[in-house]
Formats: sequence, structure tokens, C-alpha cells
Amino acid sequence: MSLLLEMFTYPFILRAFIVGILVSLCAAVLGVPLVLKRYSMIGDGLSHVSFGALVIAMACGWAPLPVSIPVVIVAALFLLRLTERSRIGADAAIAVVSASALAIGVVVTSLTTGMTTDVDSYMFGSILAMDRSDVILSVVLSVSVLTLFLLCYHKLFAITFDENFSRATGVKVSWYNTLLAVLTALTIVLGMQMCGAMLISSLVIFPALTAMRLFKSFRSVMLCAAVLSVVCFCIGLTASYLVSTPVGATVVLADLAAFLSACGLQRLRRR
Amino acid sequence: MNDKNILLECRDVSLGYEGQPVWEHLDFAVRSGDYLCIVGENGSGKSTLLKSLLGLLKPLQGSITMAPSLSAGAIGYLPQQTRAQKDFPATVSEVVLSGFLSARKRRFFYSGAEKSQALMNMGKLGILELKDRCYRELSGGQQQRVLLARALCAAGELLILDEPVTGLDPAAAQDLYRTLDYLNKKEGIAIVMVTHDIRNALQSATAILHAGQRQWFYGSVDEYLASPYGKRFGGGRA
Repeated sequence: MSLLLEMFTYPFILRAFIVGILVSLCAAVLGVPLVLKRYSMIGDGLSHVSFGALVIAMACGWAPLPVSIPVVIVAALFLLRLTERSRIGADAAIAVVSASALAIGVVVTSLTTGMTTDVDSYMFGSILAMDRSDVILSVVLSVSVLTLFLLCYHKLFAITFDENFSRATGVKVSWYNTLLAVLTALTIVLGMQMCGAMLISSLVIFPALTAMRLFKSFRSVMLCAAVLSVVCFCIGLTASYLVSTPVGATVVLADLAAFLSACGLQRLRRR
Repeated sequence: MNDKNILLECRDVSLGYEGQPVWEHLDFAVRSGDYLCIVGENGSGKSTLLKSLLGLLKPLQGSITMAPSLSAGAIGYLPQQTRAQKDFPATVSEVVLSGFLSARKRRFFYSGAEKSQALMNMGKLGILELKDRCYRELSGGQQQRVLLARALCAAGELLILDEPVTGLDPAAAQDLYRTLDYLNKKEGIAIVMVTHDIRNALQSATAILHAGQRQWFYGSVDEYLASPYGKRFGGGRA
């Protein structure tokens, strides 16, 4: 217990908690419509694009976040168009984009700095190494993502459930799809700091999948995903402090544990 | 026929993609209380026509006009079901209420009036007791009723239905037809329906629009049965 209390005396751990909780919330609420719209792979593709952008920014000596955010937003819009045009080619196209971005990142790394700790932190996250300005930017961005999402909640439900009907009743479907893509892009970039490029998409997908197994209404799925995501983050961060494992991976394992217990619970209920 | 209560009118309309017309010189009108069935072979342009009636496709030529009460997207539309909806976590009330989100409303929450209207529409369609059930656990016929209730929330004067009985078992299909008859006769709601089920179309429709290869026929059921299209398509009933 004293070990837990001691944990909160470190300012960098407090910062990690604040940013982590906000980013987990964003990832969870966006995850539900993304999973239901069969866009899960977009998150994965975006994280790799984000990695490529960060590495290039670093090699050129630019500030990483201001460079990668617009790049990832453009990539999100591009991937969204691809998915809208053709259902069949979309997953292949996303795989191509994400692999290429990752490859570019790796080549640029080896040509310039080599595998430094910075590169490692983009791959697997470095939430404990965030400074004050990172924290402020993350807080501002994640609060705006959450606010926009809440304001458009009903419309996002409608276009997720039935795009054709919404279009026929005059809802600007492509506008809201674009909004969803931009919000996802922002969340991915923020989550990169926490979990890194390799793990961020699981932060988006896991809470939604778990919540969908437990609840039957859209609103309760949403709430459950948000709560689960925050709880798993807190458990993961604490565990990583106690046994000195990387934060991102530990959080993902907590999410996995929640998912597996939900699967078990669902099976028990069916009997 | 009086012109006062025309809900929807096509005047000399050509429809198609990339300048290639599928429909040419199409003229017809839907008045309040009408029951129009659109029939024809696959690929004859039925869904193209539906898209333009919903305002999703601009005509190549001519004009499609809507009554002022229907403009700004207030059309009750029952689309074909999509695969994604099969495992969607949402309650019946959530789905029905989403019918109120037409373009004009810039509010973030549903009003009390909308909530009671939604309950009333669920009552009309006999799904009130299902309101807290999960959409994905309902039978095909129940799901169609939920979507119909949502369509009623979007508009109370005109329903546009895209092959509503596809995938339903015969009993559920008959149920749905009875419900549509009720809405049409008792509530005075005009219905435009694309269907393959010609026998039922002939029973309840007041008018038929037949789509052929770049040709079309529009008229009452009796006129249709007397026409060459009706003789070939309508089969035994003439």
C-alpha cells in the first residue's frame, strides 16, 4: 500500500495518469463506432503512418507532434475515402499504406540516427517521459476530441447504424465520417506517446469489443467501454510501476485480461 | 384527381450514370394516400429511381419536385438491411429515435415530444413491448417493424420502402403487408415500394410503375394488367 502511495509522489507518474486517462477515454469512445463500422484496421494503419511521420520529423530536427498531427489527419482522410469506395480492396490498401509508412520510418532511422531510445519510445510508448508542454497539448486535444464526440453522439450513432437511412433523411454523412476520421487521427497521435505505434490500435479496439460482449444498448456499450478503458489503464500503469514493465504493453495486457473475462462471462450467461 | 396534395412529382425525368440514361422521359406523381409499387426485372433501374427520389442522385434532365412539407430530407425511408446491423448493440428505442435526426434539426438531444412520438409509432407497429430489447436479438420481421417505426419518426406523410419483405418468412411478410395497408388506409400515409413480390403488389397497390429496358409503364393496377407488361409479368390474375 505504501508503495502505491509513494507512486503518486512522483510528478511524472501523476502526469502519466492525467494524460493516460484522457487518452484512454478518447480511444474507447471512438473505438465503438470504428469497430462497428468495420474501420478497426484504419486505426492500425494510422499508427504506422504516425510512426513514419514522427521518425522523419525527428531526423529533420522538427518538433514531432506538430508535424505528425497534420500528416496523420491527411492519411486518415485518404484511408476513409479508400474504404468508402471499395469494400474489397480497402483492407489490402490499408495494409499497403501502413507497411510502407513503417518501412519508410525504419529506413530513415537507420540512415540518420540509428535505433535510439527516441525511436524505441515511438515504437512502444514513453508516457513516463512526457514533459509539461506535452501534457498540456495532450490534455487540450483529448478534451476537444471528447467534447466534439459528445456533441455529435446521436448523429454518429445514426450514421454508424445505418448510413443509407441517414443520407436519405438529409444528415451530412460524409461530413460526420470525416469528423470521425479526424478525431481518430488525433487520438492515435496522442496514444502514440502512451502505447507506441505497435500497440495503440489495441487501445482503440479492446474496450469496444469487451463492452459489446457485455451490454446490449449503444449507450451502455459506450459507457462500459469508457470505464473499462480507464480502469485497465490505471491497473496497467500501477502494475507496470510495481513490477517495472513497459507501461504500454502492461496496459494492453490489462485490456486483454478484461476481454477474456468478458468472453468467459458471456459463455457462462449463455448456459 | 386533384393536384392539391401532390407529395412527389417527376416531370420528364431522365436518370442514369455518367450521361448514360437508365430511365427516360419519366412522368408520374405520388399523391397523399397513394400506394405505388415499383416493379421490374433486376438491373432495370429500380434502385436508381429510388436514389433520385431520396435526393441522393441528381436527374440528368427534368425535375423531381417534393411538397414543401417533405423537402429538407424529411422522408420516411426503409432501406435494405445491411450486414453490419446484424451484430449491432442498440436497443429498439435507440434505433427508432434516430429517425428524428433530419438535416434541419441542430439540437444535440431528443425532446420530450420526440420521445413520446417515438413511443406512439412503436405502439402503432406493435413493437412497444420490445422497446428495451436489443435490435440484433429480434426476428427479421420484428427488425423490419423497428426500421418502419424509425421511418415514421422521420416523416409522417410518405414512406419509401426498398424491397421490405426480402429475407422474411411468408408469415412475417404477410404481417408486414397488413401493417403497410393499415398505415396507408387508416393513417393516410402514401407508400412508394420497390418490390419483387408482384402478387402482393397487385393486391394492395393503387398504382404500378414497371421498369423495363429503357422503357417504362405507369398506371393503375387495372391499366397495368391490361398492358403488355402486366400480361407478361402479372401472370394469373388478369
